[in-house]
Amino acid sequence: MAEMLDRAQVLHVARLARLELTDDEVERMAGELSKVLDHIEKIRELDLGGVAPTSHVIDVAGVVRADDDPEPSLPAEVALAAAPEPVAVPGGMGFGVPSPGQAPGE
Amino acid sequence: MSAVEYEPVIGLEIHVQLSTRTKMFCGCEVAFGEAPNTHTCPTCLALPGALPVVNERAVQFGVMIGLAFEGEIAERSVFHRKNYFYPDSPKAYQISQYDIPLCRGGRLGEVRIHRVHLEEDAAKLNHLGESGRIHGADRSWVDFNRCGTPLVEIVTEPDLRSPEQAREWLGVLRETLRQTGVSDVNMEEGSLRCDANVSVRPRGSSTLGTKTELKNMNSFRFLERGIRAEIRRQVELLALGESVVQETLHYDPASDTLTSLRSKEEAHDYRYFPEPDLVPLLVTEEILTRARAALPAELPVERAQRFERELGLTASRARELAFRAELADYFERALSAAPSNGDLDAVELANWIPQLVERIGEADPAQSRVTPESLASLAAMVKSKAVSRDAARTVLSRLVEEGGAPQEIVDREGLGALSADEDGLGEVVDRAIAADPDAAEQVRAGNMRAIGPLVGYVMRETKGRADGGEVTRLIRERLGGA
Amino acid sequence: MSELLDLTAAAAAAAVRAGEIDSGELFETYRARAAASDINAFTWLADGPPAASNLRDTPLGGVPVAVKDLFCTEGVPSQAGSRILEGYRPPYTATVVAKLGAAGAPLLGKTNQDEFAMGSSNENSAFGPVLNPWDRARVPGGSSGGSAAAVAAGLAPWAIGTDTGGSIRQPAALCGVVGMKPTYGACSRYGMIAFASSLDQAGPLTRDVTDAALLLRHMVGRDRRDSTSLEFPEDIALPRAENLRGIRIGVPEELTGAEGGVETGVRERFEATLTLAQELGAAVEACRLPHAPHALSAYYLIAPAEASANLARYDGVRYGLRVAGDAGLLAMYERTRAAGFGPEVKRRIMLGTYALSSGYYEAYYGAAQKVRTKIAEDFRTVFESFDLIATPTSPWTAFELGAKTADPLAMYLNDFCTVPMPLAGIPAISIPCGLADGLPVGFQLAGPAFSETRLLDAAHALELAIGFDAGPARRSDAGGRDGR
Repeated sequence: MAEMLDRAQVLHVARLARLELTDDEVERMAGELSKVLDHIEKIRELDLGGVAPTSHVIDVAGVVRADDDPEPSLPAEVALAAAPEPVAVPGGMGFGVPSPGQAPGE
Repeated sequence: MSAVEYEPVIGLEIHVQLSTRTKMFCGCEVAFGEAPNTHTCPTCLALPGALPVVNERAVQFGVMIGLAFEGEIAERSVFHRKNYFYPDSPKAYQISQYDIPLCRGGRLGEVRIHRVHLEEDAAKLNHLGESGRIHGADRSWVDFNRCGTPLVEIVTEPDLRSPEQAREWLGVLRETLRQTGVSDVNMEEGSLRCDANVSVRPRGSSTLGTKTELKNMNSFRFLERGIRAEIRRQVELLALGESVVQETLHYDPASDTLTSLRSKEEAHDYRYFPEPDLVPLLVTEEILTRARAALPAELPVERAQRFERELGLTASRARELAFRAELADYFERALSAAPSNGDLDAVELANWIPQLVERIGEADPAQSRVTPESLASLAAMVKSKAVSRDAARTVLSRLVEEGGAPQEIVDREGLGALSADEDGLGEVVDRAIAADPDAAEQVRAGNMRAIGPLVGYVMRETKGRADGGEVTRLIRERLGGA
Repeated sequence: MSELLDLTAAAAAAAVRAGEIDSGELFETYRARAAASDINAFTWLADGPPAASNLRDTPLGGVPVAVKDLFCTEGVPSQAGSRILEGYRPPYTATVVAKLGAAGAPLLGKTNQDEFAMGSSNENSAFGPVLNPWDRARVPGGSSGGSAAAVAAGLAPWAIGTDTGGSIRQPAALCGVVGMKPTYGACSRYGMIAFASSLDQAGPLTRDVTDAALLLRHMVGRDRRDSTSLEFPEDIALPRAENLRGIRIGVPEELTGAEGGVETGVRERFEATLTLAQELGAAVEACRLPHAPHALSAYYLIAPAEASANLARYDGVRYGLRVAGDAGLLAMYERTRAAGFGPEVKRRIMLGTYALSSGYYEAYYGAAQKVRTKIAEDFRTVFESFDLIATPTSPWTAFELGAKTADPLAMYLNDFCTVPMPLAGIPAISIPCGLADGLPVGFQLAGPAFSETRLLDAAHALELAIGFDAGPARRSDAGGRDGR
């Protein structure tokens, strides 16, 4: 039986996922996720010792691009066509963003 | 000062930007200094629906690095997603390798390699604030040209024991990689980046202390200073009875201080999982063969060891030559240019390379007017005392200016060695003693330090042609000193 | 005009190639019907037929195709049913769509869907729900609800969708059309806005099995831009079989609702179809898929985990919605994503993030990947003794709008018959096998990897024998009356 996800856990996961949740949502999410996890918990009852995990369902390896020849890139206008904040910078255009604070991943 | 003596334990984490033509997971051209956002595509821009495809040449370059370390190349390795949000990471994950990397183990010189793996570079985040530094700017902007450039990450074991050693070893690494041709390995340009993991422990202890990670040291000098500053900081903490906290620190060279980048609670949870858009990577016989063929026959560390072992050079002279390919190549050509009198000494010859470097700077000796044969000839003449060391330096300067053959220059300028029995050397010695009676008196009394001015007089009078050792012997003979 | 609508896509293509009908007129007929429809199956419609036209000489004869919104179509909105991509027009086209275009199937329009393919009812779209043409008070299923409903309502001759846990097959079942998920890797995923990378596959939604085969034939093929795509070992043949002699069909107890959960009407239709299969010469027997009961749990760990990473790129930096751009980076991220994603997407992102997070990976994601191995093994074992397996596609017929939105878990349980196949990467097809209380019931067949030809043949034989009449939905007035 899964422990109920508490508010702190929900907020922690929401931060990892960069999702702002209202208080209502936090509470609802805690209940919904707990319920789903409760159901999912059943797989922990299985004896999976010695079973290799499947990360790729097809049995293929070594797929590569054999040549190192450049392919055409998008023109800058196209690359920036959907940019929420295109900014003029030395040499052309950039994607404007708020500056990060102290830590990366902030 | 604390009563306990601490020793530093240092490991390095190096990122090398590969000099492939295209990016790690797409066909965009890798380009530097171009107009921003002109080298992107759906994949490296992380547009919806885009997918990565592995650049085989990047794999080959990664294998070459692993082979240079004599590490164990994994026949099959896996890419993982390393998840974190930052404007320079468009997918909000980096495709990297986690628990099944391209290569494990190996060594370079005194340092063991822990692992080598492939990953992709982030975009370039620039700041619109005035200072141009990350703190204090309001808005930033991103250039995705760099995003997706192939990177190799090299992690060493914590085998380094001083900031100087770390700096020196990084130099060996750089030269080694430069000679493989896989990267420009230029710290100023960002194709070589180095972070350090630093801890301290009481000398003699075998357990490891808590380590911190140091970032933002973007030159060899700053690497050394940053590590030194951190060692000092940790030792001071421990001396106060406090403990070292595991954290990441940002080194500021201007103030020589370290700032913590992360609080304890905010440690990254990268949530690694195998990259479902890529299948496992295979290092085929073909890739291995191509990698081996592309490596130079002998890398710097091996070459230095050979110079020491087979030619009798000192370790430091051997490294000095071996870690600059052009010097070592030139040296070996000179070595094989056996002059007619057959009297060639590798150690003597090796001493003349730095003399040449002093005169031509960073230039390639092979491009200078001094042919390897000439240098070999000159070294042989010094060895046989046909010319004094001082005079030989003059000859070398002439060779650098005009080229030609050493014997011709010696003959033309009359730089042949003076011996005691010829050319009135004894007379010059007598004149020197007469000219400086105080010095002569000191030497007679046993103070050998005073001999300098006397020797100097003779050397000036003979325009350096006398053999310095011979002159000293004559003076002492005359003065009967100890 | 109604004759045009009566033609299957294959028949229409043949007629265009024979010069009997004009592809432009065909296009316009469907386009007009789609434009006048009120079931909200489309989020974007072409203005008119494509300018170029030697469509007559192409394999697909200019027969236009409706394309699920999450396929990137250059210059055309590709929004994946989400507010966070509202109005987004990509600079490139998905490989599968480009292939169909080159084969002569121009883009009719983009179809509505559950947001980022997460859902089983098409109620999770930022652009409103799609209504089931059989009964406008009911859902069409999801996530490819728009594609299924469009075909069912005669708004498009055929359509493509994507299937991750059943998102083609289940809406096909609820709308009384054919839907197929091919072998993983058979179709390129380049340009398909990703939900769960190791499960997503493109596939056809069509009026009949022959149309599905024809469309699929021009969708498959290795794409150098998709490292997980494979060369299909043979050309997909149009089905010919009219019986099932020599075919051994296994019926897994675990997926036929012995423990309940399958509506009575669905069960009755299912068993009647099994009987029909026997009459056609198939050997039908029970079989076991011991880990199938855990497939749903594995799926609801793996898919959200991959999705949590795939959807992290929607951060307001390079495209799509941006909120609070002046409030600092963290606020921009968090509020953009809060405003741009619907509740189901948020739930799954949270679930996936949790399953991957430090301390939980082994217990959740790691365990799910192992269950996946066991499920694939179970199928391999079954296919040693059977050619195909059969299950109901969906445990229930189309439910009423709003009936299951209060309980996410109840919605997830919808998928228990369809999730095992994507976990194993094997192909499966759903065909309508009758009505229960006037609503379509889907019958699912699955086979080993690359058994599409045999699947299509078997489905074709059954289809002939079943004789399902999809007319009521197709001929229903697009102007808004109940089709029931």
